[in-house]
Amino acid sequence: MAVPIYDPIILLDAYRRMRAIREFEERMRREVQAGSVPGFVHLYCGQEAVAVGTCMHLRDTDYIGSTHRGHGHCIAKGCDVGDMLLEIYCKQGGLCNGKGGSMHIADLRKGMLGANAIVGGSPPIAVGAALTQATLGTDGCTVTFIGDGASNQGTVAESLNMAAILKLPLIFLYENNGYAEFTGISYHMRGNLAQRAAGFGMPGETVDGVDFFAVYDAVGRAVARARRGEGPSAVEAVAMRWYGHFEGDMQLYRDPKEVERLRATADPLVKFEERAVKEFDIAADELREIDEEITELIEEKVIAAKAAPKPPREALYTDVYGSY
Amino acid sequence: MAVKSFRDAINETLKQEMRRDSRVIVMGEDVVGGMGGSSGVAEAAGGTFGVTAGLAAEFGRRRVIDTPITESAIIGAAGGAALTGLRPVAELMFIDFIGVCLDQILNQQAKFRYMFGGKCSVPVTIRTLMGAGLGAGPQHSQSLHGVLTSIPGIKVVVPSNAADAKGLLATAIRDDDPVIFCEHKYLYGESCEVPDGEHLIPFGEANVTRTGSHVTVVAFSRMVLLANKVADKLAKEGISVEVVDPRTTSPLDKDSILESIEKTGRLVVVDEATPFCGMASEIAGLAACEALSSLKAPVQKVTAPHTPVPATPGLEQDWLPSVERIEAAIRATLTQKFARAG
Repeated sequence: MAVPIYDPIILLDAYRRMRAIREFEERMRREVQAGSVPGFVHLYCGQEAVAVGTCMHLRDTDYIGSTHRGHGHCIAKGCDVGDMLLEIYCKQGGLCNGKGGSMHIADLRKGMLGANAIVGGSPPIAVGAALTQATLGTDGCTVTFIGDGASNQGTVAESLNMAAILKLPLIFLYENNGYAEFTGISYHMRGNLAQRAAGFGMPGETVDGVDFFAVYDAVGRAVARARRGEGPSAVEAVAMRWYGHFEGDMQLYRDPKEVERLRATADPLVKFEERAVKEFDIAADELREIDEEITELIEEKVIAAKAAPKPPREALYTDVYGSY
Repeated sequence: MAVKSFRDAINETLKQEMRRDSRVIVMGEDVVGGMGGSSGVAEAAGGTFGVTAGLAAEFGRRRVIDTPITESAIIGAAGGAALTGLRPVAELMFIDFIGVCLDQILNQQAKFRYMFGGKCSVPVTIRTLMGAGLGAGPQHSQSLHGVLTSIPGIKVVVPSNAADAKGLLATAIRDDDPVIFCEHKYLYGESCEVPDGEHLIPFGEANVTRTGSHVTVVAFSRMVLLANKVADKLAKEGISVEVVDPRTTSPLDKDSILESIEKTGRLVVVDEATPFCGMASEIAGLAACEALSSLKAPVQKVTAPHTPVPATPGLEQDWLPSVERIEAAIRATLTQKFARAG
């Protein structure tokens, strides 16, 4: 197999998105701890390479279906971080005008079909988006992100079968982060997620989800297959989450050393930088410039989101129906 | 105008809307039928009750999609397709099967517009079969329109005749919100005059099927037929019964119902559904909250009992509201009075 060539522009863009996710989530963590964020927040740290390695292949007209842990997917798909923050703070002008919050961020202009607070809620919807693409005869494709916890929902099996029999341009992107809420994967599932997909007659492969390049290559194959009209694929990306199920989770089920070890040995940004600098002539200085820009951007947008007005009281009654 | 059956009116409307708008697709279990079978007969079914017959032949299998038995994926995909530019008509073979796909209606489609800040439309129509009377037992006979009516974000349609089925289905397909279109399976063979060509009936507009002055009967779906029959019988005795068919339970035409109650002062509600937290209670509540001073007698509810639908011949008929029970309720409300306080 030919060694893939990575365009430096793509690599710098990928790094920028991963760094944005990391900075965004670390900041959210501090803000949640300070009590300034309403509702539940589920952080994506440790999994950055999965969303970005996937979404680097997608256009605005391609769709993703997301999960309750959706901030990383949004940023990777190109949602505006300022508008995301307004939404997370439930403020006017947020991506959902402040009525969705962290677990329901959607941005249809960017092909982001919504974070979804129902575990396993998104795959059937993604089947529908892929059905639209197939029916209209576009070369668009859809990716549905599925956690290892969601993989045990019946909706996932139904979606795998439906996509397979209708030969839809859909990629089942399993994010195996080791835990379904407070339950480890060694307890909650048997077999292998890629093999489950293979059981429905589609290609399935497992990759290191900490390694951007591994995710990018595998999803590239799946996306190309989808765009050629050859049907669905599955990719299982293994990348442990660094924090709890939600921010505030005491994580009594987890050895604190596990997280220390992850930070030391399984940081997707560090792993990316090592290879990008060594093999693809990316200058470390350039990455540090991106780091600074991102830090400033998030700081500015968090301050703006906190200061933004809430939706007016009348907003309670709007947008239930188009007409009624 | 031509006399057509409820079944044919729905079939004709699906065809008309598919011809009119290429974004309209039809999907569901056996809506084509016979896929993968050994006989090789194309379009072997056209739906369990033949309602989608001929669609695949005219529009092709890209727009008329046979699915596996996979309700969450059918209803979920219809929602996702609606969110991304199609106008899907999904068939949920029996409304009882809502049990295996309710999340996609309750938590997904019903919420999209609101939780995405009004930045999307969800033009999905879910056609589904309701009603008892065919001996199909507890899991294929229920009337769950009331359960669905309690969910904000979806609309619920309960047509009682072929002409309304046509006009309301066309409106449902063109509507930008999720619509549950409940077809009573006992109505498929019922016929009436159906307008030719384009026929649209707005949601939230009740139809007064019998005008009268002594008592108001609000009835839903197939129960409208029974109420009409009783009204015609009692008219010969000089009892003037007004029958109001709301046609949609969400939105509900409260004004027409209240107007009739104010005119007659007496109310009977007939719903083929279990009695708690359903449409009969809702209409009785409406009368209590907004027309109490007009009422001359207590409201009568004619519903099924709080039990599953038995498959047992005889018992199923006892479960169903009947013309006899409707007549008795009307007579009761005509003779009852409120006891005066003090």
